[in-house]
Amino acid sequence: MLYREAGDFKTSYHADNQTFPIRFDRIGFWITMVIAFAVIPFVINDYWANAILVPFLIYAIAAIGLNILTGYCGQVSLGTGGFMAVGAYACYKLMTGLDIYFASEGFVSAGGEMISKGGESFEVTGQFLFFTIAQNAEWTVYILTQINPVIAVILAGFVTAAVGVLFGLPSLRIKGFYLAVATLAAQFFLVWLFNKISWFYNYSASGQINAPERFVSEFAVTGPNTAPWAQYMVCLIFVVVCALIARNLTRGTVGRSWMAIRDMDIAAEIIGVNPLKAKLTAFAVSSFFIGISGALFFSVYLGAVEVGEAFGIQKSFLVLFMIIIGGLGSIFGCFAGAAFLVLLPVALKVIGVDVLGWPTDIVSHLNLVIVGALIMFFLIKEPHGLAQIWRLAKEKLRLWPFPY
Amino acid sequence: MKDIIEPYVTPDGRTIGGVLMDMRNITLRFGGVEAIKDISLDIREGEIRAIIGPNGAGKSSMLNVISGFYNPQEGEVWFRGEERPPMKPYQVARLGIARTFQNIALFEGMTVLDNIMTGRLTHMKSGMFWQAIWAGRAETEEVHNREIVERIIDFLEIQAIRKTPVGRLPYGLKKRVELARALAAEPKLLLLDEPMAGMNVEEKEDMSRFILDVNDEFGTTIALIEHDMGVVMDLSDRVVVMDYGRKIGDGTPDEVRNNEQVIDAYLGVAHD
Repeated sequence: MLYREAGDFKTSYHADNQTFPIRFDRIGFWITMVIAFAVIPFVINDYWANAILVPFLIYAIAAIGLNILTGYCGQVSLGTGGFMAVGAYACYKLMTGLDIYFASEGFVSAGGEMISKGGESFEVTGQFLFFTIAQNAEWTVYILTQINPVIAVILAGFVTAAVGVLFGLPSLRIKGFYLAVATLAAQFFLVWLFNKISWFYNYSASGQINAPERFVSEFAVTGPNTAPWAQYMVCLIFVVVCALIARNLTRGTVGRSWMAIRDMDIAAEIIGVNPLKAKLTAFAVSSFFIGISGALFFSVYLGAVEVGEAFGIQKSFLVLFMIIIGGLGSIFGCFAGAAFLVLLPVALKVIGVDVLGWPTDIVSHLNLVIVGALIMFFLIKEPHGLAQIWRLAKEKLRLWPFPY
Repeated sequence: MKDIIEPYVTPDGRTIGGVLMDMRNITLRFGGVEAIKDISLDIREGEIRAIIGPNGAGKSSMLNVISGFYNPQEGEVWFRGEERPPMKPYQVARLGIARTFQNIALFEGMTVLDNIMTGRLTHMKSGMFWQAIWAGRAETEEVHNREIVERIIDFLEIQAIRKTPVGRLPYGLKKRVELARALAAEPKLLLLDEPMAGMNVEEKEDMSRFILDVNDEFGTTIALIEHDMGVVMDLSDRVVVMDYGRKIGDGTPDEVRNNEQVIDAYLGVAHD
């Protein structure tokens, strides 16, 4: 057989620690990488990018983020949608030029270029590091220079990490359902905040945020003229980097202290895990990934976002379902779960509507029914999800076809 | 102040040094209940110190005070010649005190190897950045600590199960893995809370051998709680006996065995 584990000996601990200890897995990984980077970008079209691949990649990042928090560190979170919104809005503000106001009464500006912010016009009076300084009679405004979209996305991740740590503070005192409710509060609070304060959406009349057109070298990666392959490549690079970071963190000291907190927090503390540090780093890293996925979701995928619609509670549940179906505590499971829940509605539509000719509404309801039934099935039968089924299948296949 | 005690050599050739851990007049209350009443006891470097007593005597509470899980209302805890202020358990772990639990407290979802590696947490210092890219200090540290962990795995003869998730192991092996996890920290003081509870004779013999070997080879000071009197009397250098939160006896196994109060506590006494 091609796939075998026997005879694959390790002679150093370094080799034993690698991500794919089995040779065949390594080969499979590199083949997947080659296809993802060297084949798909050339054959991708608008439908494949927007219906399947780009949402799959973005949800995979969100699922990795939530899985670190819930699957590895055992802290239940229902605030994923809210944290994605933080990422999206941080990315928007950074891309359009973050502006900070200071009241300075009685100031009269003298000459220069005019800019307008929030319906008011300001006179540009100077430049300071990365900031443009502009003033009118009442206000001084510092405007951050517009940032490269990729850097904006990464910075949005860091902003979300900080917000995540803030909302993770209650986790030091409360666990389980109570923590879930606390993160649920974060979800509703953040969505409310982004609706309420117009500074976040640059005072636009619709309350929407729209991704401006931005370029990486000469290729548009955000905005209406982005090519499908460019969308795909940006998301792919982010996914690969995020997955590698997540894998490295979870196999090392940090990951072990997260899992120790998850499995038995009292014993973990006695062994020397600082619970404060472990839980807050889990919240930070998790929110970092979720923030990046939110930023990509807004800037690269949708382009225009209304917060309640795109980052509502449904999004939190969707990502939670992904890690339950995919597998808690498994990076591969994040991809499996994201692929499953992105593909399911598409597959149902193709089979139900296009092939069998059923009405669209029945098919979309059927989608909900199937997801609901699957969640129950996985929670009862296989809490470790598709990843575990895959592992078990491999174990069975090792002896197949002569199991005795 | 306590008198300075001279080191001495036991009949089997181990050297017992000065006082490592000194508990002075410890009182621990839970609301109105006094779990520990004004107990003083010391643990000397290199010795095996047993704490025995009937159920509810306050033995586990004592161990919890030593490991920093409870902070006593009164009394002082001196460790390596310094008074230890009230601390969180993870800070105590960094001082070099490791323990096992009465009911096994392993991380069930992790493999044996990961469990024991977690025990080395206090020795691993690489930052998150290096771990995220799995390079530099993080990687060398991982390999270096893996070598130490593998030595402990060899020592406790659990090579065959190193990649098995702990949840799948039988009880006796779990106890052994827990001992391995505590040993991985290379503790100065190892606390064992009923290391032989629920074991059959053979497993008890194995465990006794491991405890003696640990003490002998690594020179680790051990404090243990155990109900099996045969084991206690054979293993330990000194025994402290507790009953209803008080200390009723302290000394060598022979002294304790002949102590009138101890016999009364264990066998009961006629009140007439």
